[in-house]
Amino acid sequence: MRFGVLRFPGSCDEVDALHAAARVGDAELIWHRDRDLRGVDAVVVPGGFSFGDYLRAGAIARFSPAMESVIEFAADGGLVLGICNGFQVLCEAQLLPGALLPNTNLRFTFRQVRLDLVQRDTAFTCAAPEGATLSIPAKHAWGRYHADAELLAELEENDQVVLRYAAGENFNGSVADIAGVRNRAGNVFGMMPHPEHAVDEQTGGSRDGLVIFESMRMAVEAAHA
Amino acid sequence: MRDSATLPTLADALALGLTEDEYALVCEFQGAPPNQVELAMYSLLWSEHCAYKHSRKLLRTLPTEGEHVVMGPGENAGAVDVGGGLVCAFKVESHNHPSAVEPFQGAATGVGGILRDIFAVGARPIAVLDSLRFGDVGEAAAAAGGGDRSRYLLDGAVAGIGHYGNSIGVPTVGGEVYFEGPYEQNCLVNAMALGLAERERLVRSAAAGPGNLVVLYGASTGRDGIGGASVLASAELDADQDKRPTVQVGDPFEEKKLLECSLELLDRGLVVSLQDLGAAGLTSSASEMASKGGVGIDIDVGLVPLRESDMEPYEIMVSESQERMLCVVEPESLDAVLEVCERWEVGGTAIGTVTDSGRMRVLRDGEPVGDMPVRALVDECPLYDLEPEQASGPLYPPPPAVLDAAAPPRDLLRALLASPNLASRRPLFEQYDAIVQSRTVRRPEEADAAVLVLPDGSALAVSVDCNGRRVAADPYRGTLGAVIECAANLACTGAEPLGTTNNLNFGNPEKPHIAWQLSQSVRALGEACRALRAPIVGGNVSLYNEGAAGPIYPTPVIGMVGRLPHAGRAGRLGFAHEGDAIALVGAFAPSLAASELAKLAGEPLPVELPDIDLDAAIAAIAAVRAGVRSGAIASAHDIAEGGLAVALAESCIGGRIGASVTIDAGGEDSRALFGECSGCFIVSGEPAALDALAGSVQVRRLGSVGGAELRIELGGGESFAADIGELAGIHDGGLRSLFD
Amino acid sequence: MRARVLIRPKAGILDPQGVAVERALPALGFDGVENVRIGRLVELDVDDAAQLQPMCEKLLANPLVEDYEIVLE
Repeated sequence: MRFGVLRFPGSCDEVDALHAAARVGDAELIWHRDRDLRGVDAVVVPGGFSFGDYLRAGAIARFSPAMESVIEFAADGGLVLGICNGFQVLCEAQLLPGALLPNTNLRFTFRQVRLDLVQRDTAFTCAAPEGATLSIPAKHAWGRYHADAELLAELEENDQVVLRYAAGENFNGSVADIAGVRNRAGNVFGMMPHPEHAVDEQTGGSRDGLVIFESMRMAVEAAHA
Repeated sequence: MRDSATLPTLADALALGLTEDEYALVCEFQGAPPNQVELAMYSLLWSEHCAYKHSRKLLRTLPTEGEHVVMGPGENAGAVDVGGGLVCAFKVESHNHPSAVEPFQGAATGVGGILRDIFAVGARPIAVLDSLRFGDVGEAAAAAGGGDRSRYLLDGAVAGIGHYGNSIGVPTVGGEVYFEGPYEQNCLVNAMALGLAERERLVRSAAAGPGNLVVLYGASTGRDGIGGASVLASAELDADQDKRPTVQVGDPFEEKKLLECSLELLDRGLVVSLQDLGAAGLTSSASEMASKGGVGIDIDVGLVPLRESDMEPYEIMVSESQERMLCVVEPESLDAVLEVCERWEVGGTAIGTVTDSGRMRVLRDGEPVGDMPVRALVDECPLYDLEPEQASGPLYPPPPAVLDAAAPPRDLLRALLASPNLASRRPLFEQYDAIVQSRTVRRPEEADAAVLVLPDGSALAVSVDCNGRRVAADPYRGTLGAVIECAANLACTGAEPLGTTNNLNFGNPEKPHIAWQLSQSVRALGEACRALRAPIVGGNVSLYNEGAAGPIYPTPVIGMVGRLPHAGRAGRLGFAHEGDAIALVGAFAPSLAASELAKLAGEPLPVELPDIDLDAAIAAIAAVRAGVRSGAIASAHDIAEGGLAVALAESCIGGRIGASVTIDAGGEDSRALFGECSGCFIVSGEPAALDALAGSVQVRRLGSVGGAELRIELGGGESFAADIGELAGIHDGGLRSLFD
Repeated sequence: MRARVLIRPKAGILDPQGVAVERALPALGFDGVENVRIGRLVELDVDDAAQLQPMCEKLLANPLVEDYEIVLE
């Protein structure tokens, strides 16, 4: 299982994502100017402040050569995980529906949050126990998920909402407490909290984040079988 | 070279902050009156901020050597050996005056500046801590009819620190904030940073090798921070004058690129030396590099990439535009260096050469516009002796009273937990990413110090501390207390101190009573660091922090880095298990003098603090450290502001569990409950394990962990209890309203 | 020619910055202020004004949540 973790100027959590993925398979960094995804099985678009969050978070990163390849990779069914800024990039690139807006409290906020697993039957959550609650750190200023009423109905209808903030945990004002969504085809997934920071009890407060990476490996292995 | 039509006068020199005598000395060193460029450079390098004119003699008395010290004061940052072939570079610095003007950018650029100091020595920054002081807020401010300004400064500073640290991917793992009247007009924003480097990769800033090239890379140069030097403007001041930025604006995205570029240059051995551009920009960086190397430097300002096209040579030399670095490279490496800069999208340009002339020469497009001896610029600034004299009366007004000290202890405890100096800092530190880089083992409020894991499984602990009000009451004992507190915080995680950094924030040292505060404080700093074997590896001095309303409390901010052998055994402050015994460790001699309770009751500062038994404090620190390391101690928390009752409450709130304790108050309930002292701890653990701690230290069993209340029996039938959930709510809410 | 693009949050999208400013104004003595919305301004020199709209659609604005207005000088 090989993960490719993108790195943009301004990425912060790409090395953390690399180490998290490396607990589950092989992992390598892909520089934003590089079009060659080197045959990886899955792509991770990491957290941070790519291009300084200039204009809008993720607005510039989405046009990088590496992202052009990722868009093709996704069109071919490749697995793509977007974390925080990565989620923003995927929405800007329209690989995922909706948009991320500034937190309602207008402040960067760092908190360990509990997430309800809404869809277990996805390539990113299949390794999680049924009905699980994941404890994962969130840290962002632009994490308010937005979808208008029509899109929201569509997402719910098509089981595209994968993670929700548990009761009392939605600090950024996301509509319908949405913390993570996937595309219709189910191969692209974005979440605002940081699973790569919850793979080790000592520094993450839990190991619940590992489940996201393990699920991706399971899904890839199942596809090869 | 000198155009007599624009030759500055004595009046210009005075306007730039030089004294008449200093100006005469400059003329002597130059052999003629200095021109515009030369006067600008001397006035900056001979300013208090760069030359430490009033503090350098005192600072020379501090201990700077020790078994773990790899790099001492004088470089961009000091460094200590942390095992496994690694060193930790660290330093604390202030950005007080800019933060009072524009708190967001002032605090942000303060963080940017200290981070550059860390990677300038070749270390990757791994953590930031902030130490802040503002005027009263909340009830105390309302009593005086104010508080809005301090709220505004607090809000801006926290947002600025978060913005810079979060964006550049360095976690902000700890800090402190105090609200006291004397900081109302002069806030303090001190930033501390740590970095890791392989020992052989540490780089120094001395320029070397005549013929080598001086390369400037990073952001382009504009008029940021020129401010006062604009008296030298030879052009007619026009309407655009107002648009010149006096505030430096930071760009963390640019600095992230600068950081990666610098570390790659060092990794590949492409640079001879490195220096960041901070206060006084090119002037100080180039001169100091030349001075340390015993060489000369020629800089051609015509080669400097500019943001505004019409800048004069002196402006280019004094600009404080952020996110720029200077390096010295061998000519054959230049192409490789520029290639690395280009890849990281940070502009790199060769702007000068190292010479053997011993002179700092400034040229514009090849024409000389300034020529000064390096030694005169950097080393020959006159140093002044302080004339210390203790003030004969109080220097500070009493704080406003917000409670009645005769109220029942349960009410006093609740008032203390809600007060701005003691309430939970969660509303602040929630704005900081404390976990990026995946090293953080203890986050804010989990333990008395931040803990960061190292590759070999050991860990670093770091804390920053100072109670300025206690230093104001007694500069010598107050400073001893600050250093002890820092070491005590480290001990609570199981860490042994390796080295210390300090930022001395004081008023005007030319006033005898301030000089007295400074000299007493530095004396104590030296004594405590020697006794604790935690030498000073670097630091900063910020003087003249005073205004019409008077000086700030003398505030020697202490930052200490320590090491513990097993990250997994790092201590916590919250009570852990039902049934654990609770004990008080140390020579407990509480006093209400200059305590938090005394402050809230509106009492004036006492004329001195009680004596501190330094040996007893050190012994208690060692015992707690050993107990945490062995696992005998399940939780450890030092007794600080608010005294024993507040420390107990904090451990209950932290562990989300209650406690029952008996305190022999001897009839003086308030003193026993809320009196403060140094080198004392609240620990919990299995009864037998705690008993085993006693030996050379006093260990007094107080009670045990359990239940949903904090219940305190005072002897003589008096007791009180408070629900932990209620206390947690009060504690959590104290500062929240400031951020809504 | 010189062009200005004004970008603002779509009607119906919560704009907490606008709300914060709207709340702050009365405290400073400014009454009777409503519906504060905060957006972004992009100023640029262009050779071909026809490129402005596709520029907005593709990069300068996020059409899902923002409206934009092009002003030519």
